[in-house]
Amino acid sequence: MSAAPTTPVLDKADVPEKSPAVPQAPGTLARLVANPKVLLLIAAVLLAVVSAAVTGSGVWPGDLTFDLRAPLTDFNEWLVQNRDTHWIFLYFLLHISNSAEASVDAVGSLLTSLGFIGVTVLAVLLAWYAGGAGLRGRALRTAGTALVTFLVIGLLGMWEPAMETLALMVVCVVASAVVGFVLGLLAGLSDRGERFLRPVFDTMQVLPAFAYLLPLVLFFDVGVPAAFTATVIYSAPPMARLTSLGLRGGDAAALEASRSLGATSWQQLLTARIPLARKQMFLGLNQTIMMCLSMAVLASMIGAPGLGEEIFRALSILDIGQSLGAGIAIVLIAVWFDRTTAAAGDRLDDPDARRGRGATWIQGGVVVVGTAVAAVIGSAIGRVEWPDNWVVSISEPVNTVTTWIEDELGSGVPVIGGTLTLASGFSNYVLNPMRDALQATPWWAILVLGGVLAYLAGRWRAALTTVLALGLIGGMGLWTRSMDTLSQVLAGLLLTLVLGFAIGILAARVDWLDRVIRPVLDTMQTLPAFIYLIPMVALFMGGRFAGVAAAVIYALPAVVRITNQGIRDINPAALEAARSLGATTGQQLRQVQIPLARKALQLAVNQGVVLVLSMVVIAGMIGGGALGVDVVKGLAKGDLGLGMTAGVAIVCLGILLDRISQPGADIKKDHPLVKKGFQF
Amino acid sequence: MNSKPAKLSKRSRRISTTLVAGAGVLGVVALSGCAAETGKTGGSDEVTITVPSWVGAQANAEVAKVILEDELDVKKVTLKTMDEPIAWDALNNGKADAILEDWDGQPEKQKLYLDQKKSVVKGGDLGVTGHIGWFIPKYYADAHPEATTVEGLNKLAKDFKSSESGDKGEFLGAAPSYTTYDEWLIKNNKLDFKIKETGNEAAQIKEIQQKYKNKKPFVTYWWDPQWLNSDVELVEVKLPEFKEGCNEPKEKTECGYAKTPLQKYFNKDFAKDGGEAAEFLKNFKWTTEQQNEVAKWIAKDKMSGEDAAKKWVKENKDVWEAWLPKK
Repeated sequence: MSAAPTTPVLDKADVPEKSPAVPQAPGTLARLVANPKVLLLIAAVLLAVVSAAVTGSGVWPGDLTFDLRAPLTDFNEWLVQNRDTHWIFLYFLLHISNSAEASVDAVGSLLTSLGFIGVTVLAVLLAWYAGGAGLRGRALRTAGTALVTFLVIGLLGMWEPAMETLALMVVCVVASAVVGFVLGLLAGLSDRGERFLRPVFDTMQVLPAFAYLLPLVLFFDVGVPAAFTATVIYSAPPMARLTSLGLRGGDAAALEASRSLGATSWQQLLTARIPLARKQMFLGLNQTIMMCLSMAVLASMIGAPGLGEEIFRALSILDIGQSLGAGIAIVLIAVWFDRTTAAAGDRLDDPDARRGRGATWIQGGVVVVGTAVAAVIGSAIGRVEWPDNWVVSISEPVNTVTTWIEDELGSGVPVIGGTLTLASGFSNYVLNPMRDALQATPWWAILVLGGVLAYLAGRWRAALTTVLALGLIGGMGLWTRSMDTLSQVLAGLLLTLVLGFAIGILAARVDWLDRVIRPVLDTMQTLPAFIYLIPMVALFMGGRFAGVAAAVIYALPAVVRITNQGIRDINPAALEAARSLGATTGQQLRQVQIPLARKALQLAVNQGVVLVLSMVVIAGMIGGGALGVDVVKGLAKGDLGLGMTAGVAIVCLGILLDRISQPGADIKKDHPLVKKGFQF
Repeated sequence: MNSKPAKLSKRSRRISTTLVAGAGVLGVVALSGCAAETGKTGGSDEVTITVPSWVGAQANAEVAKVILEDELDVKKVTLKTMDEPIAWDALNNGKADAILEDWDGQPEKQKLYLDQKKSVVKGGDLGVTGHIGWFIPKYYADAHPEATTVEGLNKLAKDFKSSESGDKGEFLGAAPSYTTYDEWLIKNNKLDFKIKETGNEAAQIKEIQQKYKNKKPFVTYWWDPQWLNSDVELVEVKLPEFKEGCNEPKEKTECGYAKTPLQKYFNKDFAKDGGEAAEFLKNFKWTTEQQNEVAKWIAKDKMSGEDAAKKWVKENKDVWEAWLPKK
């Protein structure tokens, strides 16, 4: 009864434990029982189920909590009083915020003065240059992407907010790249730096973007500086990580050659190590840019101007049409950035592209001169702002469609019932029982269960972290709300894995399907989280199911991609052997492909859980409730005691879910399957 | 990719030491540099008005903007979307000049900025009286007259059950930034209700409209002035009467909400040096009906704020001419 929902989740987690023991099958039960790990797990599950059934209520005891809110509120008050006078602001933090604000303003006015013609030409020429210049196909394709991107943005009437977003982005990307590069150098050149920084980066990758917002508001107040700082902190790690990886992975022979030629350490660094790491660094830059975009959009919650603000405002008046326009603009910018930097990165490998420096200079000149000419022409003919009458309004038709969906698909559709019926059914039969089960299980049983799961995944260190994280959640008095959020995460994860594994396995077996979904996945993975909320509000009117559905769609691409790749990567000889022994397709899949792709599947689970969590909390904005809405409330009301504690609880959930699901240290985050954008 | 990191040479260690030292020096430079500028000083040719997320308040701001820009010589009026608490901070540090509709939901900030720092000053009544309460639809109140008392409502809690509230009654909650004591009201009066977080005002309205259309029972946090009140008939649930101080501290709240004459507040410097713009905003005063008219154009007829304000300004010259500073 009440504990039923816990079991399927456990099944997911213990599949990996079973399968290594049984690559090709027989007599499983006996062997399983003989396995001490499985025994331990069964004991922990039994404990949880039995104790839940016996006690029926598992709320964290009141006398084990401590009050974090009061000191946080006091601290906030102190900050307000001293924000203009204390030395740490006058001599340090205010410098950061003033220079951030000034740079964003400067870039913004540069973009304005270039005019829409100048900006479009600049974007097109930059894309053309990154694609290899000249008349080759790639250059023209990326240039075409840029042209379409900016024309559509203009047509949608999103030119001005798009420029605000771009201005913020440019400054953030530069800052994140520099910070990331320096940290990457530290981690890449010093073992101590690596030991210190690596766990920090690891943890930052599992933190939901949402958790960055509040503490920064505390120090920087609402506005551009807070958005800037949040974005840089969020997006610098991939650059740092890949820089360090590139420096450490440099070809030993080349380095030795450089050394034996008597280069000093600085010369070595500049002429051998960094050039050899260039490819990795470009990959890092690409990821950093995509994460910057994601965060710059989300940061509209703390006062960043631009496209995010448009979406945020449209969401708050439920104007789906208006938010969709901004959403499309963001998607296009993401695609443009991605294609351009990817083209630039690929060109590093391309021997053709390495021609004389002269050609590069000329191409660079073309970019600058072309932009200048376009800007001059633009202002000469008096067209600096995007003309109002060139705007096509999509808002009305979209809202008509939305209303139609609400009226017609909401309920009363034959067989499936309708979207609203579906949503309330899912809440009734999946979310509620899961939440009730988690809340009915005594806190100490969950502690034990979490500890055991983490121990099985990552030994003592992971177990300790998990128990501490749970303890902190309970101690802050957020046990019940966290279990609510957890139930949404688990439900979302379950759906994601079922769908993701199914699609991933299918795509691994059917080539044309793979070809069809690949570009779709590519695009989906470059989209900022915010975007996914829009259609969900239209379909499900907000609420928990809308949040879970958004999370599933958000996490699906990563899971599909990793599953697909993992199954494709297994040794063809093993499959051939199975086939020649007469195994049916199903048998091949169950007994060869899935067991051999186990690591990839585990990685998919790990990525899935982190992504689902980050989306479920953002869904607080559309009625997801629990911890997410506490953060939104904290931001909206300036109640940092409320928002911060909820934020910390989200971080704790993120860390513990990551520890429980981590797929052995050897393939963790640097695995080549973890390829693109936002899936950290 | 996952190979063990090669043992690093002395040289690269030296580089990293240099890096660390460099970073340290930079940090110190940043710290010891001259003091940073704080805040901004506002002129009267640019005015920033804060706009909270409810439509009524947007109507105030849009109308003020149109008149300021078209009738007075204000170059640029910026409407900044921000919730109440943040708006108070913005008034304090000069990032914004005026709040046009305050619901008295920020007692701590009022104390801090109005009384202690004196960085924010009062701007007078908006003319509209706000009232928050719990409301049920008339068709339900007609069928169950006892539902208009808290005890009666509590006995009927089962009628309000939903998939979100489990075995308790569902209470449609306020948007995250709105002034509310519902959480404590429910807890302290031991009511069998659970708040459904609607996320924002528009979602709450949509939910109410949907339920109203299907004649389903609901109980909601609701308020007046609100344009939807002319489309749906709601009846207020009698909460324990409000007495001064009965909601302090908020955790102990058992009483209902006060009737609040909505207030305007200005940044101190703007009030002093804002010239005609400040004087106009001080004079700005209209009625609930007038506000609702504009709000409805924006929210229901999906007019842009600017168009709605222009329409009102065109049709009500006699009203707003009284607000203009005397020459």
